Amino acid sequence: MATTTASATETHTEQAGRNRGQRVLGRVVLYVVATGFALFAALPFAWMVLTTFKADSDLYRPANNPFVYNDPPTWHNINLLWNDTSYPTFILNTLLVAVVVVLITIAVVVPAAYALTRLTGRWGESLGILIFLVYLVPPTLLFIPLTGVVADLGLQNSKWAMVLVYPTFTIPFCTWLLMGFFRGVPWEIEEQAMIDGYSRIQAIWKTVLPVSLPGILTVVIFSFTLSLHEFVYALAFVQSSDQKTVSVGVFTELIRGDVFFWQSLMAAAALVAFPVALLYNYFLDRFIAGFTLGAVKG
Amino acid sequence: MKHPTFRTDRDTMARVETRNLVKQFTASGAPAVNGISLQTTDGEFLVLLGPSGCGKTTLLRMIGGLEKPTSGDILIGDRVVNDLPPRARQIAMVFQSYALYPHMNVRNNISFPLKAAKLDKAAIEQKVQWASSILGIDQLLDRKPRQLSGGQRQRVALARALVREPNVFLLDEPLSNLDAQRRASARDELQVFQHEIGTTTIYVTHDQVEAMGLGDRIAVINDGTIRQLGTPHEIYEDPADTFVATFLGSPPMNLVERDGDLVGFRPEAVELVPPEHGDASSWLHLTLAEAREEYLGSEKLIYGEIDGVRVVARVHAGTPMPAHEGGKIPITVNRAALRIFDKDSGLRRQPASDSVSASPAEEASA
Repeated sequence: MATTTASATETHTEQAGRNRGQRVLGRVVLYVVATGFALFAALPFAWMVLTTFKADSDLYRPANNPFVYNDPPTWHNINLLWNDTSYPTFILNTLLVAVVVVLITIAVVVPAAYALTRLTGRWGESLGILIFLVYLVPPTLLFIPLTGVVADLGLQNSKWAMVLVYPTFTIPFCTWLLMGFFRGVPWEIEEQAMIDGYSRIQAIWKTVLPVSLPGILTVVIFSFTLSLHEFVYALAFVQSSDQKTVSVGVFTELIRGDVFFWQSLMAAAALVAFPVALLYNYFLDRFIAGFTLGAVKG
Repeated sequence: MKHPTFRTDRDTMARVETRNLVKQFTASGAPAVNGISLQTTDGEFLVLLGPSGCGKTTLLRMIGGLEKPTSGDILIGDRVVNDLPPRARQIAMVFQSYALYPHMNVRNNISFPLKAAKLDKAAIEQKVQWASSILGIDQLLDRKPRQLSGGQRQRVALARALVREPNVFLLDEPLSNLDAQRRASARDELQVFQHEIGTTTIYVTHDQVEAMGLGDRIAVINDGTIRQLGTPHEIYEDPADTFVATFLGSPPMNLVERDGDLVGFRPEAVELVPPEHGDASSWLHLTLAEAREEYLGSEKLIYGEIDGVRVVARVHAGTPMPAHEGGKIPITVNRAALRIFDKDSGLRRQPASDSVSASPAEEASA
């Protein structure tokens, strides 16, 4: 009897030890895999930054290791980008287009998503999905009819063409996105605000919108980045350098014939990509906090 | 917006009245509220009691202005408020979920209605202090709703309702999210609170114990209509129909068929030992088949059948089971405790108010 117990205890501790060993091993594997993926994801960016500061003599010699500076790094390529191309104009155009598109999107999407979740009864859901389907029509197809619209409005070769056209894909998707957030808002808090002495509009402003702030931020970031990297429409509607955005401007100005200004191209892409990456990272915590806030019962 | 008045100088126009109120959500379906007329008195605690889906919450939401009635009138303080938005009705409502604003701390939750009324800062602070001290939540003012327990949330919701100095409180099952222990004490607190504040209160619940304990009067609602409106005593003792009779009481009133009528009696009206004195004709003798007992500590329940209908008797735990053969035991019920209902309509045979004074013999033969 005693031996049985002892051996049982032994097996038990053995078991526990094995479990602990497995846990540690699991952790190690997890971190190795995660680090691998992180490096894999970071490599293009690192390469981009590295290339930006390379001299031509270094970059174009096939025998050189592409990941180290064989010749001393140089500011020359950034100088070229900043002073000898319209890059600053591209940046300003891009920012202008993106900010106005975000404002238009918010102004349309908030009332639309509210109405679809709250006021249209059971039709709202199906309508929302139908609106979302519009997003799935590819721009390569849509730019043909849209060219007519843009021409009729006299917006050919103008950045305002993009301000007009980009909401056609930000609004459907963001409406659908925000509907999901609005569905998570306990409606009693809006009714409570109406009983507490506010009109419906005030109630929405003071209760529904603050509670769905994570959703609204998601809409902002989503439509901002979409406007930032959109290519097809920008290429189709704009020809002059002073109206171009970064995505089309950079490649038309920095690929001259068969000469690629690789370092400046990389610099142009990195200068736009990093602020957006930082923006995402900064808001990510807010997002997560926001999501858990929404989950708590009002 | 008008400066909200304090209780001391508030006009006493706080009666709530509904006239033939109907609410139909879909054109084809049955109406959720089907012609309800009721009137509260000033300062009354009126409970709307009914099973889920009976229309009681819809009725409350119409009074609050959150639903538009299909037809009929709502009056608050003798004024028709049908077309007034909720904010103009001078009411306060506590939802089942408490509907605290999750992005505001307790202080801002409570002061939210006051900011709508555009009170100055000092007055707001004073009122928040007043309401939170009444409800014992002054320590929690800087917390967010998610950091509060269910009971604390309920108090915050009450405090927020209180600062509005409303003409009417509308409460929609405010205790149903609390655990059983907390609910009993919250019920008591709520009653004391309402008597102190003296504000007309309409309270929706499906819990008959809450209704009986809290209400000055109870409106029993089923299928969108009021089945009976009366004091807890009236509702319990003189149910207007078989629905009210079987909805209230735990276990509910027994209904057995005698001479083409339904005869109802409460489980506690049943005697196991036939009384030796008194007029024999004042007692109804019945035989309970397949009797079995359930011991509950202070009392015991005797289950059985009469003519295939389940009957329950409630007696003191010390009462001995009478000798029985084949599970059959004789029971007696005082005829004064009998309530006779029409078998087809389920309505009481005679006006409810007459039944108490009516002589037992007459009632039994009616």
